[in-house]
Amino acid sequence: MHMIEAIIKPAALDKVKQSLTDLGVLGCTALECKGFGKQKGHTERYRGARLDVGFVPKILLKIAVRSEDLDKAIAAVQSAAQTGNVGDGKMFVYQLDKVVRIRTGETDNEAL
Amino acid sequence: MAAFFCLATGLMIGSICFADSHEAAESAADVAAEAAGAVAQAEEGAAEDAQDTVSDEMFTINNLWVALAGCLVFIMHLGFATLESGLTRSKNTVNILFKNTMIICIGLLMYGLLGFNLMYPGDFNGYLGFAGFGLGGGYEQDANTIAYAGGNYTYWTDFFFQAMFAATAATIVSGAVAERIKLMPFLIFTALFVGISYNVTGSWKWGGGWLDGLGFYDFAGSTIVHSVGGWGALVGAIMLGPRIGKYASDGSTNPIPGHNLPLATVGVLLLWFGWFGFNGGSVLSADAASVSLVLVTTSMAAAAGGVAAALTSWCVSKKPDLSMALNGILAGLVGITAGADQMPVWAAVVIGAVAGVIVVFSVFFFDRIKIDDPVGAISVHLVCGIWGTLAVGIFGAKAGMSQVGYQLVGIVSIGVFTLVFAGIVFGVLKAAGALRVSATEEIEGLDLGEHDMASYPDFQRTFIKSYEAGEM
Repeated sequence: MHMIEAIIKPAALDKVKQSLTDLGVLGCTALECKGFGKQKGHTERYRGARLDVGFVPKILLKIAVRSEDLDKAIAAVQSAAQTGNVGDGKMFVYQLDKVVRIRTGETDNEAL
Repeated sequence: MAAFFCLATGLMIGSICFADSHEAAESAADVAAEAAGAVAQAEEGAAEDAQDTVSDEMFTINNLWVALAGCLVFIMHLGFATLESGLTRSKNTVNILFKNTMIICIGLLMYGLLGFNLMYPGDFNGYLGFAGFGLGGGYEQDANTIAYAGGNYTYWTDFFFQAMFAATAATIVSGAVAERIKLMPFLIFTALFVGISYNVTGSWKWGGGWLDGLGFYDFAGSTIVHSVGGWGALVGAIMLGPRIGKYASDGSTNPIPGHNLPLATVGVLLLWFGWFGFNGGSVLSADAASVSLVLVTTSMAAAAGGVAAALTSWCVSKKPDLSMALNGILAGLVGITAGADQMPVWAAVVIGAVAGVIVVFSVFFFDRIKIDDPVGAISVHLVCGIWGTLAVGIFGAKAGMSQVGYQLVGIVSIGVFTLVFAGIVFGVLKAAGALRVSATEEIEGLDLGEHDMASYPDFQRTFIKSYEAGEM
């Protein structure tokens, strides 16, 4: 089992969700967040002065998948979130030790 | 829900029963007012000109009420600003507030420069008149005395009250074109709309033009203010097209919820409060019988509109929708505005309730034909403005088929002029490629795109350079 943490543009959220459900990946957690990368954030103006906001609004998706689905899920997120412009985001993938469904007590692959 | 029905029905039956005795009381009050006026006239008759009809005290009271009513109309701009920002997304809030702030500022300046003298040109051909640029009349002899308007108000109060009115027409447009129109073209439209279009059509009735001669009646502007704003809103919404994501390719509607319903509620209740001046001040004097009747019909129509829209949305959507109830209150207010001084209370309740039902189905209708109106401005102001104007021919003191005809002529003629004017202005701006923001900007929000600002910058940071310099 793997966890995919995908940082994407807010505008890409619906498209990513659609492509994940098309794959049969039912469930993920979305967090509104801010971050910076090569863009170094953006600047605003406030009462005449430039304001270095430094962080750009992003969505952080946490997607837990069975190991056999991992490559398909990564490809689906990438193709859905890609615009080709700076700021499309990143994915971080790591192994999961254990998954438990709270309602039934099922574990691991059965809980996904 | 059943209890609501009982309450509404009881309210209507109750007001029908009391209608007769109320009218009797009203006419008695009229007689009393006339008698008091006659006494006052007789007392000062020796000293004053024969054409003066009121005492100095009454002149002061009349003028004070109309001036105060102008202040109440001003607060409606705050109501529109909060309503519109509440019913749209947080990423566009700076833009909405900026537009609403500039509307009253640009509106007042344009009305002073052009509008007032276009709308009230004095003697003119009935179609188009202009008494010159700027405000000069205030310095003329008698402009601020009893002689100016029969002791009802001064020249300055006349301008002040009408100027507060004028800008509301552009505010109505602002809501319908929200979240996608570029700032500058909207401000250009505002200046031309409040400076020219609103006043030309307004002069046809309130300036003593051809519609006034015909017999068209619009007490406080269901057509002259609200429908005019609504026609402008319709043209703007059509020319811009819907917001990204509002209508899916399979024909379904995706609601785009407003970000702050508390703000929207504050806005509607403020608008209701302001409407006491909008309608109450349109008596254009402190005439006791008329002002008090207008305050009652205005409130009852608003209440009936709110209840009717709440019940309608409850029946149609299975749950009561707050935003529809709020739209219903405004629908009732717009509906009663044309005949607020002509209606018995029961008719005001019926007019408001019908407006409340109409507005819900109108919102559904405009979504079905894919005209995107984020705040329901077209349904509230255009559709219910037309209904209210027609209602003058159906209910109240002026009811009759010929009056319905006059009302129709007014609705159509003012509608056509405004459609053509708004069509030309928006059309030119669109042809110049300057009407709508880019898709990227629309998705990221107009606050960043148009203003480089965030309305809720609550992601807190410590600015290390300042910290190290010991400034924090």
